[in-house]
Amino acid sequence: MQLTEEELGMLDGKYGKGTQIAMKIQVALGDVFNAERMVPVSRTHVALSNQEADLWFVEKMVNAGAKCRVSPTVNPGFNLEYFQCITKISKKDEETILRTRKAYKDVGATLTFDCTPYLEKNVPRFGEITAYSESSATPFINSVYGARTNRESAQSALCAAITGRTPLYGFLLDENRKGQVLVDVKAKIKDDFDYQLLGYAVPKKLKFKTPVFVNVPTSPSPAALMNLGAQLNTAGNVPMYHIVGVTPEARTVEDAFQGSDPENVITITEEDLEKVHDEITDPGGKIDFALFGCPHFNIDQVAHVSHLVDQKQLKVKLFIMTSSLTKELAHRMGYLDTLQAAGGDIVDDTCMDQPCWEFLYGKKGVTDSPKCAYYTKRRNMQFVIRNVDECIEAAMRGEI
Amino acid sequence: MTETFACHKVSEGIIEGDILLSSDDLCFYLVDPKTGVVIEKNHSLEGQSIAGKILVFPSGKGSSVVQADGMYQLKMSGKGPKALIIKYPDTVLVASSIIMEMPVVDKVDEQFYQQVKNGDHVLLDATNGHLQIK
Repeated sequence: MQLTEEELGMLDGKYGKGTQIAMKIQVALGDVFNAERMVPVSRTHVALSNQEADLWFVEKMVNAGAKCRVSPTVNPGFNLEYFQCITKISKKDEETILRTRKAYKDVGATLTFDCTPYLEKNVPRFGEITAYSESSATPFINSVYGARTNRESAQSALCAAITGRTPLYGFLLDENRKGQVLVDVKAKIKDDFDYQLLGYAVPKKLKFKTPVFVNVPTSPSPAALMNLGAQLNTAGNVPMYHIVGVTPEARTVEDAFQGSDPENVITITEEDLEKVHDEITDPGGKIDFALFGCPHFNIDQVAHVSHLVDQKQLKVKLFIMTSSLTKELAHRMGYLDTLQAAGGDIVDDTCMDQPCWEFLYGKKGVTDSPKCAYYTKRRNMQFVIRNVDECIEAAMRGEI
Repeated sequence: MTETFACHKVSEGIIEGDILLSSDDLCFYLVDPKTGVVIEKNHSLEGQSIAGKILVFPSGKGSSVVQADGMYQLKMSGKGPKALIIKYPDTVLVASSIIMEMPVVDKVDEQFYQQVKNGDHVLLDATNGHLQIK
């Protein structure tokens, strides 16, 4: 790979041991993917996870003296102070989250603790070269904004933040951004939830090819686009999609395929969505809780739930995970009061895949997010997956 | 009889071990770190242990966070695979493997895929890009 003098300096240790380790990893990555050179990145996001590998690597970089040249926003761990008020947090988990916070601060990250930085605080422009990790983020950056990122791991994104560079390959190159498979959506897409199922169903049929959707509604909400990307990238490794007439690199079908023919054409029917739904949901029955916000809910979604529970009483505990900014706004708008009066709450700076939810292990909940259900298998949490409205009805009845 | 196949280094290392084949893509987070048993529903390896195996599968999958966490936990518990033979490298799996020092190769001769069976004993030299079925 061709490196500039400055990049060679990083590799030789001229900028310290931490930068050297980061550059070494990036050169190895570049070699695997035949990158010709490095390119500067202007934005980064690190999918902090507050788990062993995450903490091990960021502390290793801090101890080696690394400091981010491009300060990344970061994913949530959990809101220690909030959970200490409602449940017991073990000494070990307390120590881990405090160490995680400190390490990311020391390495020079911006401690946003949210998984939707692309909606607020870290929003790229069209064509910008970036390095985002977090499965709902990469498709949004590539598809909705037309900015460019590979499907970074938390660690490779941190390396990019430290060196301010990324190897030039994959989705950073024009030719790799073209659509590969035409997805004709015969199923009726009625709401944001149907985008979850659509996103989950597609990788099963086309593997990890870049899909070009036709015949979906042409004014999907931000939540719909977020859901579609999050599930495409959970059920498979699909960090980019096109929707003809919606996303900026797909004004027309020809545009999306960059003039080539689709490698394949698939259809997604009502039955496909039903089948995927049956496959991922646990069976109904008595429920103990409702959990939303994987990815973090935006203010419109919070408002929607708030309207549904206004003046009503929930039978089971309901949590909405969101960013601290959205929580503050929800407070200002009165949504937080409404939710709390009904027996629910908003939790900021928190991911569902964290030990703070231990009080829900072994229990059954409802959620609108297949991604939430998928990753909590390890935590022995069961999820019935439904659209938000049905989830709320279930939370009021205590069963589904 | 020993047969040698060419392959391409993703992450360096030289190791010997027994083959375990997976027709499905793999997310290391959905493997129990205490036992190395795959816990993902409907996965072709569901209920089987990947501990100490040289794992052959098409590609990694799963979010950008959990692949590294899963791999790290398996490494720490000693229940991880010895090496990986993949078809489609992705950034997450590649970066995780390099950081965890897990030998990984791709671009293996098509011949290899036609011959290899579960339990075959293999010598994998990722660093120099070759692979032997013993």
